[in-house]
Amino acid sequence: MAQSIVLLPLIGFIISCVISFFRPHKNLDLFSQVITCSFVIISAIFSFYIFLSNLSDPSTLSIKIFTWISSGDFTASWSIYLDSVTRVMLVVITSVSALVHVYSIGYMSHDDSKPRFMGYLSLFTFAMLMLVTADNFLQLFFGWEGVGLASYLLIGFWYKKPAANSAAIKAFVVNRVGDFGLALGIFAIYVMFGSIDYQTVFEQAEQMKDKDIFFIGYEIHALTLICCLLFVGAMGKSAQLFLHTWLPDAMEGPTPVSALIHAATMVTAGVFLVVRCSPIFDLSPIALDLVVLVGASTAFFAATIGLVQNDIKRIIAYSTCSQLGYMFVAAGLGAYGIAMFHLFTHAFFKALLFLGAGSVIHSVHEEQDIRKMGGISKFIPLTHLMMIIGTISLMGFPFTSGYYSKDAIIETAYLSDSSYAGYAYYLLTVGVFMTSFYSWRLIFMVFNGKTRMAEEDIKKVHESSSVMIIPLIFLSVGALSFGYLFKSYFMGSYSDVFWDHSIAHHHGDHHDIPLIIYYMPAIVGIFGLITAWYMYLKNTKLPNNIAQVNKPLYQFLLNKWYFDELYNLIFVKPAMAFGRFAWKLIDGYIIDGFGPNGIASTISRLSIRARQMQSGLIYHYAFAILIGLSFLITFFIFTN
Amino acid sequence: MIDFPILSLILFIPILGILLMVLIRNTSERTERNLKQTAIWITSLNFLVSLLLIIFFDYENPSFQFEEKYFWINNGISYHLGIDGISVLFIVLTTMLVPICILASYDSIKLSIKEYLISFLALETFMIGVFCSLDLVLFYLFFEGGLIPMFLIIGIWGGERRVYSTFKFFLYTLAGSVFMLLAIIYIYWNSGTTDVQYLLNYQFSKNEQIILWLAFFASFVVKIPMWPFHTWLPDAHVEAPTAGSVILAGVLLKMAGYGFIRFSLGFFPDASEMFMPMIFTLSIIAIIVTSLIALVQEDMKKLIAYSSVAHMGFVTLGIFTFTIQGIEGGIIQMISHGIVSAALFLCVGVVYDRLHTREISRYGGLVNKMPFYAFTFMIFILASLGLPGTSGFVGEFLVLLSVFTVNTYFALFATTGVVLAATYSLWLYRKVIFGALVKDDLVDMLDLTRREIIIFVPLIFLTFFLGIYPKPVIDIIEPSTKLVVENFNERLQK
Repeated sequence: MAQSIVLLPLIGFIISCVISFFRPHKNLDLFSQVITCSFVIISAIFSFYIFLSNLSDPSTLSIKIFTWISSGDFTASWSIYLDSVTRVMLVVITSVSALVHVYSIGYMSHDDSKPRFMGYLSLFTFAMLMLVTADNFLQLFFGWEGVGLASYLLIGFWYKKPAANSAAIKAFVVNRVGDFGLALGIFAIYVMFGSIDYQTVFEQAEQMKDKDIFFIGYEIHALTLICCLLFVGAMGKSAQLFLHTWLPDAMEGPTPVSALIHAATMVTAGVFLVVRCSPIFDLSPIALDLVVLVGASTAFFAATIGLVQNDIKRIIAYSTCSQLGYMFVAAGLGAYGIAMFHLFTHAFFKALLFLGAGSVIHSVHEEQDIRKMGGISKFIPLTHLMMIIGTISLMGFPFTSGYYSKDAIIETAYLSDSSYAGYAYYLLTVGVFMTSFYSWRLIFMVFNGKTRMAEEDIKKVHESSSVMIIPLIFLSVGALSFGYLFKSYFMGSYSDVFWDHSIAHHHGDHHDIPLIIYYMPAIVGIFGLITAWYMYLKNTKLPNNIAQVNKPLYQFLLNKWYFDELYNLIFVKPAMAFGRFAWKLIDGYIIDGFGPNGIASTISRLSIRARQMQSGLIYHYAFAILIGLSFLITFFIFTN
Repeated sequence: MIDFPILSLILFIPILGILLMVLIRNTSERTERNLKQTAIWITSLNFLVSLLLIIFFDYENPSFQFEEKYFWINNGISYHLGIDGISVLFIVLTTMLVPICILASYDSIKLSIKEYLISFLALETFMIGVFCSLDLVLFYLFFEGGLIPMFLIIGIWGGERRVYSTFKFFLYTLAGSVFMLLAIIYIYWNSGTTDVQYLLNYQFSKNEQIILWLAFFASFVVKIPMWPFHTWLPDAHVEAPTAGSVILAGVLLKMAGYGFIRFSLGFFPDASEMFMPMIFTLSIIAIIVTSLIALVQEDMKKLIAYSSVAHMGFVTLGIFTFTIQGIEGGIIQMISHGIVSAALFLCVGVVYDRLHTREISRYGGLVNKMPFYAFTFMIFILASLGLPGTSGFVGEFLVLLSVFTVNTYFALFATTGVVLAATYSLWLYRKVIFGALVKDDLVDMLDLTRREIIIFVPLIFLTFFLGIYPKPVIDIIEPSTKLVVENFNERLQK
């Protein structure tokens, strides 16, 4: 069963890939859609079965399929490894993926290359499943880069759009920067542990607690180094501060892709990595502090940008970035179960928001600028409802899924005695306000108020087909109820049994927290809702006035803290300039100029000289003989 | 093991082909077709025969197999052939690539096809000879002899600046090899033989080692090529016909890597150890600098040529870690590069045959007209940037892993090459394949023909096979690599 969960999407991909080479035909398209959807749905059903049947039986299953690389004492296998962390991930991946597959049938109904799209989605699902079912770091790396590839292909799916192509390359390259860290981390693990199998590494982690490693001339605490390097990889994949620039651009891809890859699954791989490696992270306080610091900063920073964006998908993208920060904070504070819980609930409500946004975009004819929408609620009431459900879950409205997971993170931050817990607590609380504000801003600007659409466009606004709405309904059920249903497993009374040995446990004392702190996130969230309501429905001139008054700040946020410009200036341009310099000047001028070409021209110059000596005139030769003779005679006279 | 002189057979089948083709006269269209088919059949036959090497290969035996030794010049210099786990795969790689090359030149070579094919067959003999000679003089003969047909292939059937490139290529590599010849002569007068097997156990003094190592290095450094001796390669690639580039990237560059493992490490362990920092430094510079240069290229072939230099940087890094993983990684990287870069040059050849330009800016949006081509090209681009699951990853990973165990500085810098490789590869792909099809002369581009598909299918298969299940290959390499490493460590003078 475990094998088929992983392999079915691969088969779906291969079939679709073959079909995509044929001329577009209705039946073929349908065939590929049916195949890929049904395969992923079967995967999802199996995953749920495995997940539910193991809720209170946390057995670990490890299947080695065959050896991948084995060289000297280094080995890595293709494998399937199932523990609680993996099972949670399986449910998230396959269920969201299945819904997105179905949704795509409707969303891509006007596209010419449906089989290719469905195939890529299945490829992504396969790679992601390989990532989470690995029992060693190398297969993890395979999945890690595999999802990067699928993400690249899907962002650039509309390959005629230059922006999509650039975004695709950017996503891949920035992810590679992260992978660079991850790869070094894996090397370091091999050097320290002599193996890259999870079980060996995690079992020996305790013994390595006090060991040091030499790294670029410094003697560093080995586990700290390993964790920091791994975390660089996690930052890349999960779009954390400094490596986040690819995620907003990735919104150039079709919306179902954004929902699946850039909200629910791939971007959470970084969180998964930290949780998966919790046995080693737990032994390195410095690395955990780093995780908290980066997570909290990202949560805050991305939310600030989200406040002012005008592209419906980018707002949600920054929100994703920010929510990933929350997950990292939880993981960094040692609350790995809570991190996984937020990952789990976030997948559903964020996928819901994205697919809802896709439904909006679909109905307003590919418009993404929320300034050009407004007042379309009455045309698409179902979508409106779904978006509201997603939003209340995201803002942490009491008793929705987001409420349980997000509050738990903030409470953890409040209670924790980690050195950056205070920092994280304040940023996250402010983040809650901003999250609520920009989410409702989006809702109000899209659905309520007076419409800003052209007269003839507004008439064409229509509700999406049921094939798109039904997945939304499924997701909304998750967004509303999964928090309540599973909270006791992820972080409550059953959590010890549920997680068993798959994550490191903390048995901190359970302090009672003041009621004000307990209700704080909900209050702050509702406050954000009211502010958004006041600014965008009641007093609609206010936002513009604020933007005018605080122009530099507004520009700073609108331009995303100028990260793209900065990176362009310090990485891209110098690299290109140096490339040109090394090519034209070093290779062309110095190496060739003094090397082959220089020697060649010197030789030909010398031979011209030598040729001139062969003048053919007798008296030249006679003169040369005379000179030579006199030299010889002089030489002999003086030596004797 | 079989007693049949199978290595000699593989060496001489192409010569036999040449003799056959010399007999075919006339220049009508039909004779040309006959010539091409003769060449295909002969080289394919040779490929099949070379597969026997793998079938009968003794996995348990780390030292030389299929040995043949005949009297040649005197008792010290003999016709001595033999292979071990390190060389056998290169022979198969060669015999596999040559028929592909001939198939690739089926329509693109119009001028004096007979001489062209003869050059290729001669080249095949020389290349195979390099990998199975167990005598230094014989090795040198093959090593340098290969230059002549390659010189002709670029010089006669090449592009516009072919004369400049071909002279640069020929003289540059020859100049390096002169030192190796001197070293071989010295070795002969010193030890009385040039037999590799004997010399692998012969102890040179430390000073001798340094000089001899440098002499061999002079030859290999140009051929592999390492920065800053690489400038002949982009020129040669750009001017060479497609098949020439394929062989150049696919096999000729690997001769030097093979030489490093067999001779530099085998004969001169102390000197190798001593010069390791230099090799590492040059390799790192090659990886980073040539990757950056590749980033700004305007010519498709030049870009791939520069990326080859970067890839070979990983090979030298791996070999000079003196660890099992490093050397195996280096060998796998060479084989993978032999497949992938060969395929990339073939990919360039496909569009060059149609549009007769290699300038990147002349292309764009080919996916609209050539989906099969786009798919094929994508696979090799991904393999070239080292995506896990393709052959490019396995070698690179093992090399980087071993470098990390030896020196973290170098590992850190070498790993940045992975980021850069992604950048230039994907950039090239995007410029050529993606985008809207707007340029007028691209509208009539045809997708891959059946012949071209036949060329690519085995290469695609191998790319994935080596990437997903490289175990059979590593099993062949491992015993001999272990022996090399053991010998190296044993003979190191403390």
